[in-house]
Amino acid sequence: MRDNPILRVTAKILFAPIIIFGLYVQFHGDYGPGGGFQAGVIIAAAFILHSLIFGLEAGRRLVPAWANLAMLAFGVLIYGGVGVAGMMLDGLFLEYNVLSYDASKGQHYGILLVEFGVGLTVTGVMLALFHAFAGFIESDYAATEDE
Amino acid sequence: MSLAQIIANLPALVVAIPLLLSPVAAMTPVAGLAWLLAVLGSGAAFLCALLLQGAVTSGESFSYFLGNWPPPWGIEFVVDAPSAFTVLVMSGLAFVATLFARTALLAEIAEADAGKAYAAWLLACGGLSGLVMTGDAFNLFVFLEISALSSVILIALGAGRDRRALIAGYNYLVIGAVGATFYVIGVGFIYAVTGSLNMADLAVRIPEVPQTTVVMVGFGFMMAGILVKAAIFPVHVWLPAAYAFAPSAVSSLLAAIATKAALYVMARIVFDIFAGMPEMIGFALEFVLVPLALGGIFIGTILAIYENDIKKLLAFSSVAQIGYIALAFGVSTTAGIAAGFIHIGNHALIKGGLFLAVGAYAVLLGRRINLTQMAGLGRRMPITTTAFLICGLSLIGLPLTAGFISKLYLVRALLEAEMMIVVGLVLASSALSVAYLWKIVEVLWKPAAVIAPVREAPALYLPLWILALGNLWFGVAPAPLVDAAMRAAMQFTGGM
Repeated sequence: MRDNPILRVTAKILFAPIIIFGLYVQFHGDYGPGGGFQAGVIIAAAFILHSLIFGLEAGRRLVPAWANLAMLAFGVLIYGGVGVAGMMLDGLFLEYNVLSYDASKGQHYGILLVEFGVGLTVTGVMLALFHAFAGFIESDYAATEDE
Repeated sequence: MSLAQIIANLPALVVAIPLLLSPVAAMTPVAGLAWLLAVLGSGAAFLCALLLQGAVTSGESFSYFLGNWPPPWGIEFVVDAPSAFTVLVMSGLAFVATLFARTALLAEIAEADAGKAYAAWLLACGGLSGLVMTGDAFNLFVFLEISALSSVILIALGAGRDRRALIAGYNYLVIGAVGATFYVIGVGFIYAVTGSLNMADLAVRIPEVPQTTVVMVGFGFMMAGILVKAAIFPVHVWLPAAYAFAPSAVSSLLAAIATKAALYVMARIVFDIFAGMPEMIGFALEFVLVPLALGGIFIGTILAIYENDIKKLLAFSSVAQIGYIALAFGVSTTAGIAAGFIHIGNHALIKGGLFLAVGAYAVLLGRRINLTQMAGLGRRMPITTTAFLICGLSLIGLPLTAGFISKLYLVRALLEAEMMIVVGLVLASSALSVAYLWKIVEVLWKPAAVIAPVREAPALYLPLWILALGNLWFGVAPAPLVDAAMRAAMQFTGGM
């Protein structure tokens, strides 16, 4: 699809707005509908669109496999880290009240960080799934079969 | 973190430590380091579980509010006699299996996959502990999914040696998902009429609900889902292939802890959440659970007698042993439930040990093995085989082994409940189980053509011997285990 100028130009124009919309959904999660899950999927969609139009190789150059794995893992670690921070500040696991001098501020920081972790992991998972399926080549499979 | 902070957060830590070390393990490129993380995670969880068990021994039970949101709105972790006992058994066995995994897992999977394999391993440990700790019916579903998905990954890892592992993993994925869906549909029904998800709150509200039909339907769905997860006959079909084709270390982990968590959840549902509807419970136990358990005991034992693949044979035997636990819960007296918990602990020791031994054979011989290829292994690998024999005798229920204590308390509970026919059936099935064990023992000591001794690795037989000695220890001095199980049962029946 690299040869079609309409697709290429549209993909280039849409790439950044999709990510911005994803970030909007991410941070809007504090007050209304939205949050890490939805935002993660939307942001991943931008990268998947890029891969669809410019090829898997280009997509992998943009987000290498190691960065993908790090995204997955650090998302969970951020989420869990908020929980551990709560314990260290004499609260309970995932208690946000103790994260700040003011309980409502603490709740705000807590959910923001947790949702950020969720968003990171969901983006990573979506990309990993896409690359796992899209990068599946029959001949590779046959090669491992022979071993 | 200070000591006081750690102690205050023990119920969360027993689940959170393995879960949080899992992403770290996933990023670790060195296999040895990932294993070390797994040992740390499962070891710390075991330590936490020991401390929790110590706390409930004094008779108190307490609950931990995640995020400090009080129940019934927030999610609570409940630390009482049954949950502390089950978590202790599971985390102890998981720790031993992790020690064994260092050599055994790497022998069967690609080294590049080790980090991710240990990540799934830790997720399975944490997920299963969470399943037991949680006091929230919906949160339980979440842990059910965490443990099931990570188990599927672990089972499918066996594909490096035998591609049938992929089919086994896929089967477990589909059948397990159906089970989890049934469970959550049931929770939906119950939520619709009670408006609550907290187990303790549900126990209070369910008897007051006027729409008893909805409660019954919800109970039916929840139980059906959990029966699948616990691999109770006739919904055990995913289990034999899953245990047979998974890497050996994974087989021993799952055999020791996975179904135990589901059985515990079943006890929770029956004796805690729905305890307020004794008629419905009584009917379900007498006409559904007990017949199914007896069916599982006989079908599992008979299939094991005719099976030639050693891991599949042990898996069929697991189906039978799960039947014993379900049967004990089906008796539903304090003695019966206690017998169930005793066998949860003992069967974890027995089957964990047997799978470790078979894993050690498979690793040292470098391939999957069936019975005929095991000829003469008793002479070539005496250390491993002696431990195998101890666990095997314990499985039959020979005096001075842990298995005997299980059978003793089960038969005693059945006699007390005056279920004479069932007593006869249990004794008959025990006799049958001698048949398949004898089949293995005969092969192990059969004079083989080649008697070249295999060099046995301490990394493989030391964890195995821990379990073998555990079998002897709890056969000679069963008091701590029996007391803990008794307390767990009293908690459910109120000491009746």
